[in-house]
Amino acid sequence: MKIKILKDILSANDQRAKENRELLDRNDILAINFMASPGAGKTSLILETINRLKRNLKIGVVEGDVSSSLDAEIVAKEGVPVVQINTGGTCHLNATMVASAFDNLPLEEIELLLIENVGNLICPAAFALGEDLNVLISSVPEGDDKPHKYPVMFSKAHLVVLNKIDLLPHVLFDLPAFTEAVKGLNNGVEIFEVSCKTGQGIERWTSWLSNRLNKRPSTS
Amino acid sequence: MHELSITKSMLDLVLDQAQKNGAEKVQGINLVIGEMSGVVDDCVRFYFDFLSKGTIAEGAHISVKIVPAQARCRKCGKQFKLNGLDWLCPSCGTTQINIVEGKELYLESIEVP
Repeated sequence: MKIKILKDILSANDQRAKENRELLDRNDILAINFMASPGAGKTSLILETINRLKRNLKIGVVEGDVSSSLDAEIVAKEGVPVVQINTGGTCHLNATMVASAFDNLPLEEIELLLIENVGNLICPAAFALGEDLNVLISSVPEGDDKPHKYPVMFSKAHLVVLNKIDLLPHVLFDLPAFTEAVKGLNNGVEIFEVSCKTGQGIERWTSWLSNRLNKRPSTS
Repeated sequence: MHELSITKSMLDLVLDQAQKNGAEKVQGINLVIGEMSGVVDDCVRFYFDFLSKGTIAEGAHISVKIVPAQARCRKCGKQFKLNGLDWLCPSCGTTQINIVEGKELYLESIEVP
């Protein structure tokens, strides 16, 4: 006998992500899920963001890595609360892991939560965490064909940050082709061209973020 | 690569639904997987074999319906199948496309005695 189910295989994760979302909303937190390939600059962008916004904003960080606490140690030096999740081989964060990180963060004291996903352009796209925004970081040395190779990730992003633009004169990277490919897949997505090394373009990103935070309806 | 956790979620869902329907055994599992979901069906089968051991779904046959990736042009409205790196509308040549099919990942049905 056949029993029709028609249920998403990841519905359990989606349900947990919804609970995370509700908890974040109760605490009036804007949460960002940073996704990128290894070495694109997730930690660097998080550090730049903290540096420029920590005076005016209460920031918390969740660091996801397969192993090690290197990133959490670097972030902790900035004096913001940080929790390291080691996935132990799993190639993405999921909503349950993030929920357990919440237990170790002073949520009532956080306005902006930066979640660094595991470096990978495939798997993190499938697992919602309860975030407000998916930010995809791509970087110049990776090449301009990444939107075509990882279309699901690019189509799910709310924002695309192109990092390492200081390298544009030195590598083959067709910026108009990249932009057209991203906008082709994801109509209306904003692209921020930055260099975490030189600081170019970071101001535009942090201003956008500050504006977004000010626009959030207050739940209190 | 992420098939282990996806297969675990799938098995949990199958067992939960089987229990809700009062089934004592699951003989078959019918999945729908989009070509662009990034999920490889052979990996799901491989993980399922050992994850399901000792459950009522052990030995269940997994059949998979693969949904091809389809896009629709935002300019002329043409719907077309996506092939490799060919991300242009075959009708008007624009890159302005929306992926409309191929991201599916769901449990369509289970088969019980």
